Amino acid sequence: MTVPTELYYTAEHEWVAINGSIASVGITDHAQKALGDVVFVSVPATGTRVTSGEPCGEVESTKSVSDVYSPVDGEVSEVNPEVDDDPGLVNSDPYGAGWLFKVKLDETDGEVPPGLLSAAEYTALTKDADE
Amino acid sequence: MTDSSPAAPDSAPAPRRTPLTSVHEQLGASLTDFAGWLMPLRYGSETAEHNAVRTAAGLFDLSHMGELSVTGPDAAAALDYALTGEPSALQPGRARYTMIAADDGGVLDDLIVYRLADEEFLIVANAANAAVVSAALAERAAGFDAAVADRTDDYALIALQGPRAAAILAPLTSADLAAVRYYASYRARVAGRDVLLARTGYTGEDGFEIFAAPQDAEHLWAELSKAGAGDGLIPAGLAARDTLRLEAGMPLYGNELSSGMTPFDAGLGRVVKLDKAGEFVGRAALSARAARPAQRKLVGLTLQTRRIPRHGYEVLWDDKPAGTVTSGAPSPTLGMPIAMAYIRPDVAEAAAADPAGTGAGGSGSGRLAVDIRGRAEPATLVELPFYRRRT
Repeated sequence: MTVPTELYYTAEHEWVAINGSIASVGITDHAQKALGDVVFVSVPATGTRVTSGEPCGEVESTKSVSDVYSPVDGEVSEVNPEVDDDPGLVNSDPYGAGWLFKVKLDETDGEVPPGLLSAAEYTALTKDADE
Repeated sequence: MTDSSPAAPDSAPAPRRTPLTSVHEQLGASLTDFAGWLMPLRYGSETAEHNAVRTAAGLFDLSHMGELSVTGPDAAAALDYALTGEPSALQPGRARYTMIAADDGGVLDDLIVYRLADEEFLIVANAANAAVVSAALAERAAGFDAAVADRTDDYALIALQGPRAAAILAPLTSADLAAVRYYASYRARVAGRDVLLARTGYTGEDGFEIFAAPQDAEHLWAELSKAGAGDGLIPAGLAARDTLRLEAGMPLYGNELSSGMTPFDAGLGRVVKLDKAGEFVGRAALSARAARPAQRKLVGLTLQTRRIPRHGYEVLWDDKPAGTVTSGAPSPTLGMPIAMAYIRPDVAEAAAADPAGTGAGGSGSGRLAVDIRGRAEPATLVELPFYRRRT
């Protein structure tokens, strides 16, 4: 299982990349492995207000459907059109081409949004879940 | 992201391992607790595994399935009494799909019964029901000169399924595969080991199920894998098995079948041999049920959306509840979501008479729909099975 150290994570198995005032969001390698083949991803449209911890989309795989929660507060600034055409990108490249959406953060004071986990914390969380 | 599908029930004891679990671990499979057994859910992509079975071949470990032997001078008579079918009419070497019912006609399990010899039958039960079937058979055979034994631990079961299955198997056996008909079984040698070779399966493809001694399982798996590598054979897990059987319109116990249903409800009344001689468990209830109009009809649905109808979702007709989805999945072969559902017979009739109203061609009025988490997604009524192989 891959957990890039430069990213932040949530207990709902999403990753967040902070770049200035923009947060990119996807699901983790651990999540895509557990889900199996992703067949459809629904994410909020550009311009939608999202709130940290609230469901804002869903990921359908062969065997199950999961809610996607926004990991941050802000406004959706971009969605990944490639994932709509080829949801399998979430499996093949969860931290790259399989990103889901970007959020323009409300708070851009340079601080990391509250409640996010470090790579080490997320790794510990998934280890607990596996045992 | 949290899984909003129903949580798996707590399983206190550690799941049992099959003779091939170590092989699955070496192959990097995602393993899951299925009916108390640690089974491969997928090795890589379940969609790729599904497609391999449709176009080439897949190798499955089915050692979790229950095997029960019924032997003795009255074995056939005992099974005629215990099951809805008529095993006494089977020729040795032949097999049949059948069911075991409760007194009230409810389905306790669906089964394959193999007649190995005049006085020897092998019954394959679902893993989750094996204990129930074993107990019921023992009880029902009590008045007969027949012995019932649970042989699950004596057999590994490997399935080789797909259009290339016969070509892959042929070099490993002296058996004349062309002579092994569908639903027939033979004692044969495969890769130097004694097995029971049956031309049966649960995928909608041609294929074989190989019953072997547990200690031979790893050898057979390795030899079959090697023999099929050039033909596109890959190992396939339970996730692919489920979408394969769904496309083939085959019922799954716990989804389309349950103790609250009769075989007639599932459109499988043909497995109930009401004209067989003698009493059998469930006869009175099933006779009465056969004479009554159906309360529900098992139908196939396709959807134009990419959202997936799943087990338990409500089927709607003119926005009102009309039934329930029993199984649903994205169909790799059809490229759209498919589902089996029980719906009211009057709705099935109305939908069949009004294909446009069911959304056929994507232009319908959407009278028939599935409630997918609060949104009505138009559905089209289709004939089962969704997929039938070219023969």
